[in-house]
Amino acid sequence: MNKTWALVVLIAVVACGPRNQDGGSGGRTVIQNKGSDTLVNVAQAWAEQYKEINPNVAVAVTGGGSGTGISAMINGTVDIANASRKMKDKEIELAQSHGIEPVKWTVGYDALAVFVHPDNPADSFALEQLAEIYGEGGEVDTWDQLEIEIPGCDSNEIVRVSRQNNSGTYVYFKETVLGKRRDYKLGSRDMHGSKDVVDLVHNTPCAIGYSGLAYATHEVKMPCIEANAGECIAPSVETAIDRTYPIARPLFMYTAGQPTGAIKDYLDWILSDEGQCIIQSKGYAPVQPADCG
Amino acid sequence: MSRVTPASIPDTQVMDRRNLDWYVDKAVQVLVFVGGVSAILFIIGIFVFITKEGFGFLTTTFDAQEFFTSPRWRPTSEHNPTYGALALIVGTASVTGLAMLVAVPFSLGAAIYIGEFATGKTREALKVLVELLAAIPSVVWGFIGLSMMNPLIIKLFNVPVGLNVLNAGVILGLMAAPIMTTIAEDSLKAVPDGYREAAEALGATRWQVIFKVVLPAAKNGLVAAVLLGVGRGFGETMAVLMASGHSINLPTSIFDSVRALTATIAAELGETAVGSDHYRALFTLGIFLFLITFLINLTADLVVRGIRKK
Repeated sequence: MNKTWALVVLIAVVACGPRNQDGGSGGRTVIQNKGSDTLVNVAQAWAEQYKEINPNVAVAVTGGGSGTGISAMINGTVDIANASRKMKDKEIELAQSHGIEPVKWTVGYDALAVFVHPDNPADSFALEQLAEIYGEGGEVDTWDQLEIEIPGCDSNEIVRVSRQNNSGTYVYFKETVLGKRRDYKLGSRDMHGSKDVVDLVHNTPCAIGYSGLAYATHEVKMPCIEANAGECIAPSVETAIDRTYPIARPLFMYTAGQPTGAIKDYLDWILSDEGQCIIQSKGYAPVQPADCG
Repeated sequence: MSRVTPASIPDTQVMDRRNLDWYVDKAVQVLVFVGGVSAILFIIGIFVFITKEGFGFLTTTFDAQEFFTSPRWRPTSEHNPTYGALALIVGTASVTGLAMLVAVPFSLGAAIYIGEFATGKTREALKVLVELLAAIPSVVWGFIGLSMMNPLIIKLFNVPVGLNVLNAGVILGLMAAPIMTTIAEDSLKAVPDGYREAAEALGATRWQVIFKVVLPAAKNGLVAAVLLGVGRGFGETMAVLMASGHSINLPTSIFDSVRALTATIAAELGETAVGSDHYRALFTLGIFLFLITFLINLTADLVVRGIRKK
């Protein structure tokens, strides 16, 4: 008797499970936008501004990382994926096997700044030096090897601050500074967000770290970077716009196929002067110089 | 549950009872039954899920020798990915070990004070405060570790970085202490008052009563409290991720940064391609972690059962 009843109720519970997912959004179009944590602040600002221009379109923005956004786009759960790196060949293959041809939109540029503690006297780094500090087999482990003496850093050890190994920032820094085939030295402090990198460097005299320029605060110092024994370029929106800064990366949005309708309008607006001025005001470089008045 | 119907009640009334209370009673019975069974279903479901996801790695790329003896966790390397979890295992173990060194004296002391000495309002206030301490979210603890303990440790010990075993161990110890205190206090309370009275009648002092009678009698409960604290330490993620430095490293001192198993899964799983070797390797870490905490909790449970049998 008991068992029969349990069965009946179980079946009833299963049968009445969640089925109604479309609540009906009352004529409003919702664009799902997900991905890179680097881009999330800008994407949020775009979404908020766009609400005033086109009240019938709501853009829902979530972070989670470039890879998360791209896989959500492949799975069809988001309309636009934000990415601070290009899609990997594997990801493109995976998308194609799902019948999706991803389309790449470059929406801005980001200078990757190198941060040191404000007490650190270093004013410049060459890319080769950074590679020796961060790269597998690199020779430089202490500050005195670079002839730098930092007050408050008696141990002389270079505290390498990096990012978790699937962040777009991590991948771009590796490819640009270390080279495609070289890995990071193990033992770096792998922070879970750009803001944490800045916080840790600010609190740690021996530290060196990297992150998007937009996350820089006046509490950390940003030395200039020289590539190929050229001029030493300080990271800034201007040097990212004119592409003189050696570690500036493009920021992307990916759509599943050529977008139409509301999604296309939204992307067109992002690439217009108005959209580009918003990204510039957040500390990134626009795709082409925009007239922001 | 007996369903005896007295013969004196007319048939119609019996039908009425069947229609109302009887169905309510049955519904509640079923609900309770489903609730009770669901725990078993969930645990089996979780185990099947993580095993399924991690299994492909275990049978192909997995190399037990590399996994347990190599500290080189480099799953995203393009030309030579390696999956050595030794540094992660040692990281988790060292942080948990230090956390227990911090938490055991604190929580046992607190339990003895609350259970044996404090009376009236002090006791009630302390109990509430300890429970309140257990309610602090782990991300807040992590934040304390990252932004308060880090500069403090750098200043006090003159070390290059304050995100290390010491930082994470202290934070984790403080997190585990309230739960351990509550369980330890319960087990002290379970010692019959007759024991204390008998000891006092023999002329024992307060301390002698506690150390020679109450603590030995509550031994199993105290061991269980410590084991549950260890389980908590192994499973904690967010605070350890933020306070340990998240650095792949075999620690040689408490001032070295380390990385925990849980933190590795949390930091990396979100962005790995589903089904890739890296993804499956993380699930293998999950299986390993699950087995360890399962064993710890099972031991704690068996130890507690030990008391009841006696």
